[in-house]
Amino acid sequence: MAWTWFHRLGSPPYIYGLAARLTPWFAWLAAVLIIGGLYGGLILAPPDYQQGDDFRIIYVHAPSAWMSLMVYSTMAISAGVGLIWRIKIAHAAAASCAPIGASFTFAALVTGSLWGERMWGTYWEWDPRLTSELILLFLYLGYMGLRSAMDDMQRADRASAVLAVVGIVNVPIIHYSVLWWNSLHQAPSVMQLAKPTMPPSMLIPLLMMLFGFTVLFVALLLVRLRAEILNRERAASWIREAVTQ
Amino acid sequence: MNTSVIETSSTGTSALEAARLVLARDIRLALRKRGQLIQPLAFFAIVTTLFPLGISPELSRLRDVAPGVLWVAALLSSLLALEFLFRDDAQDGTLEQHVLSGQSLTWLLFAKTVAHWLLTGLPLAVMAPLAGLSLGVPAAALSGIVVSVAIGSVALSLIGSIGAALTLGVKRSGALLSLLTLPLSMPVLIFGARATELAIRGAGFAPPLYLLGALAVLGITLAPLAAAAAVRISLE
Repeated sequence: MAWTWFHRLGSPPYIYGLAARLTPWFAWLAAVLIIGGLYGGLILAPPDYQQGDDFRIIYVHAPSAWMSLMVYSTMAISAGVGLIWRIKIAHAAAASCAPIGASFTFAALVTGSLWGERMWGTYWEWDPRLTSELILLFLYLGYMGLRSAMDDMQRADRASAVLAVVGIVNVPIIHYSVLWWNSLHQAPSVMQLAKPTMPPSMLIPLLMMLFGFTVLFVALLLVRLRAEILNRERAASWIREAVTQ
Repeated sequence: MNTSVIETSSTGTSALEAARLVLARDIRLALRKRGQLIQPLAFFAIVTTLFPLGISPELSRLRDVAPGVLWVAALLSSLLALEFLFRDDAQDGTLEQHVLSGQSLTWLLFAKTVAHWLLTGLPLAVMAPLAGLSLGVPAAALSGIVVSVAIGSVALSLIGSIGAALTLGVKRSGALLSLLTLPLSMPVLIFGARATELAIRGAGFAPPLYLLGALAVLGITLAPLAAAAAVRISLE
């Protein structure tokens, strides 16, 4: 069996070059999907019969909320891989995920609260999904806080990896306890009543945005990963060649 | 390094026996510094006093917010107490000796966390009814408060042990420790406050108590493993 392709994935120079080559592909694909999705969602899709044009914020809100969880899972998995097999690149990838994920979480909170202002008449409602997003933001901040508190890179990597793995075990517990808490304190909000199935003219742009945001995340991750590798390997000789090329 | 469950090390002391010795040592040491033990309890009493001053002296209004006040105060006080969990032992090298002892670090840390709960969580559960009375909680609800705080603080100590282990080498770790621990503690707050609320209303409070128990059991199962990994990383 040729395992060399797998071993190469652990080598910083190889990943650095690979990320450089892949970034434009993902970035362009993301741009096409997001521009197409926004055009379809904001212009082509018909207004909702209940919410009018206000529903259109879903084209940013839902993909952001989806990404906030997916980035956390990606971060926890690569942190776990780094912890178990001691792969430096996996730690670098986990570290690169955190600010991206926190930004998506923040975007989901802001768009959710803007939508809430139109629907509920208030910028903040203790809706279970928004509350879970807020706690997720705190989890990201804790992860980044722990990293920045440690000077030694290896210790920061491994300690924050333990935190990410503990966090991913807790994310479903937090989500369901918040759901349970909320169901006791307030009647379900408008959104959660029978959710009507979306017509394709609304659904296709949403799927394009979901896919576009995922690809955008990969592109951003590759860019951040290269910066992270440059920072970590700044003493290595191959960096000089790679940078002066 | 030995991480398996119950094994006999080369010195002939079993993991359980070693854990028992650590538990006895921690309790004996803590009882020699009683002043330290009272601090989190005094903090709990002060925080629960702040709310009537900040909200209103009317007991009927305080009764409505009592579950939240009691549990937020318990959460903050257990956070404050976490500082005692590993700090002294990390400073004088005891923790390093634990790591090097050849015993299962997971068991030793579990014993330390149990000692910590006996010294901070259990007194908190005993004291919570007093704070409850001052917030207008009817006497019939007090037993419910004791049980829920007792079970909930087990989970809080265990979650906290991970945060305390991760921030061992960090200077001025107080704010960071709360940032790491509080989001993970929110389910405990939710179920604990719910159990207290049901107890105050005189309803059956078993369901949230079972969920608190489930969180405590999950913590007992997994938290010492994570804490042991974190201590090893911090002492590297």
